[in-house]
Amino acid sequence: MQHDTLVEIEDVVFGYGDRPVLKGINLTARRGQVIAIMGSSGCGKTTLLRLIGGQIRPGEGHVRVAGESLGELDQAGLYRLRRKMGMLFQFGALFTDMTVFDNVAFQLREHTDLPEDAIRDLVLMKLHAVGLRGAAHLMPAELSGGMARRVALARAIALEPMLMMYDEPFAGLDPISLGVTGNLIRRLTDTLGLTSVVVTHDVQESLKIVDYVYFVSEGMIVAEGTADEIRASDLPYVHQFVHGEPDGPVPFHYPAPPYAEDLQLGGASA
Amino acid sequence: MLKQSIENLGNRTIQGVWRIGFAARFFVAVLLHSGTAFRRFGLTIREMYFTGVLSLIIILVSGLFVGMVLGLQGYETLQTYGSEEALGVLVALSLVRELGPVVAALLFASRAGSAITAEIGLMKATEQLSAMEMMAVDPIARVVAPRFWAGVISMPLLAALFSAMGIFGGYLVGVQLIGVDEGAFWSQMKSAVDFEEDILNGVIKSVVFGIAITTIALFEGYDAPPTAEGVSGATTRTVVTSSLAVLALDFVLTAFMFRGLG
Ligand SMILES: Nc1ncnc2c1ncn2[C@@H]1O[C@H](COP(=O)(O)OP(=O)(O)O)[C@@H](O)[C@H]1O
Ligand SMILES: [Mg+2]
Repeated sequence: MQHDTLVEIEDVVFGYGDRPVLKGINLTARRGQVIAIMGSSGCGKTTLLRLIGGQIRPGEGHVRVAGESLGELDQAGLYRLRRKMGMLFQFGALFTDMTVFDNVAFQLREHTDLPEDAIRDLVLMKLHAVGLRGAAHLMPAELSGGMARRVALARAIALEPMLMMYDEPFAGLDPISLGVTGNLIRRLTDTLGLTSVVVTHDVQESLKIVDYVYFVSEGMIVAEGTADEIRASDLPYVHQFVHGEPDGPVPFHYPAPPYAEDLQLGGASA
Repeated sequence: MLKQSIENLGNRTIQGVWRIGFAARFFVAVLLHSGTAFRRFGLTIREMYFTGVLSLIIILVSGLFVGMVLGLQGYETLQTYGSEEALGVLVALSLVRELGPVVAALLFASRAGSAITAEIGLMKATEQLSAMEMMAVDPIARVVAPRFWAGVISMPLLAALFSAMGIFGGYLVGVQLIGVDEGAFWSQMKSAVDFEEDILNGVIKSVVFGIAITTIALFEGYDAPPTAEGVSGATTRTVVTSSLAVLALDFVLTAFMFRGLG
């Protein structure tokens, strides 16, 4: 295994119950990279992140993070590894009974013996990095969606992880927050020496900041490449996705019996 | 048709048994991960405020009224036998042995149990529990166990306060309103209520009820489907299941305490 590979997913098969979701996925993220996993809703992107975070285990294949195979770790080993991972959940998942400050301080208080004034400095630094130092005293309910996600980002990087995962960081943001969030992901990755895995279906925004892209469809990687390669791609699926065309390899209609038959036009009754 | 309904019945039974199994495993997991709840007792105290202190009003007011009704009804009945001085005994024994633990537990189930289920269910639905796991903090140890111990500690205290208020209510009605002799009211009560037989057994009951209610409430919340309907359904189930559990457990415990071993 190469030394600079941080995340390695090898022939991973996974299903919920007997319904297959992932049918043999291979991907790698090298240290310092921002990689994007793209695909339409419900294709298994969040599932992939949960596999990398060790919240679920692959049915077949291997998930390795920093050389450790997640399937073989016990709970203590998994928790040790997770201290070096951060995950940004789709809606932030801030603790609603704590202030912004306490949310960001959470891991510092749980996992370190730092005195309270050191924690205070660290928390304010992280909040400053996401531009929300002034919001430290607010409760999560008082934040807008974009702000909540930035606080969640500050909370996730509090212990300076080596791997950050972002679940749909762009969903439901206004154009300004969109740009802010994208830049933040790139900047934090570069300044903190992180590796970032971004799960998204926002092609335009993510192509601006990523180093490498994987396209997932029907449980498989159907295309991959750098941002420029993806923009230039003429694979029908990628073309449809990048240009947002309503019909193509991904059909507009959910599978259904023929329209005329469903409306009982003509046929037997006539 | 018949075959189908038998199949349905069988399926539901099997699912029910599975759920009881899951709940039992959950209970053991909570016990095994209770270290944090005691090492950082502040976490548990905080939850005692939410489950215990915020249940105080309803417990105290209900206790007072139940005691006052006991005073009225008890006086009516005792009077026909000419033994209204035993009113203190009747009120105190009814409360300490039965009504205190049971009614306080039923109130606790609907006031605190439902709140616990809704809170845990919402934390799950909004991915707060997953986020905690991803931050390498075990939600069972950090969120569930402190609430469990807070409930188990609060329940006997609330039941004791309920009984105390009830006795005061009985005193108000019996002595102050109706005019039963005050000295007899208290002295007969003191000599008839036995510490081990009555008070200790009452405390044991309410500890058992506290364990049952908080376990059910926490499990329903932890197990709720992460949707609005899922959480509301779980909240209702908490109140129904834990109320029934309290009544059933009360019968079993009473049978052992005051009959079988007496
Ligand atoms: N806990 C679960 N139990 C059963 N099915 C699930 C669960 N989570 C997700 N799924 C299903 O798996 C598929 C992939 O889900 P997900 O990874 O969330 O997709 P995405 O994040 O790409 O929108 C979806 O069809 C979803 O309905
Ligand atoms: Mg998703």
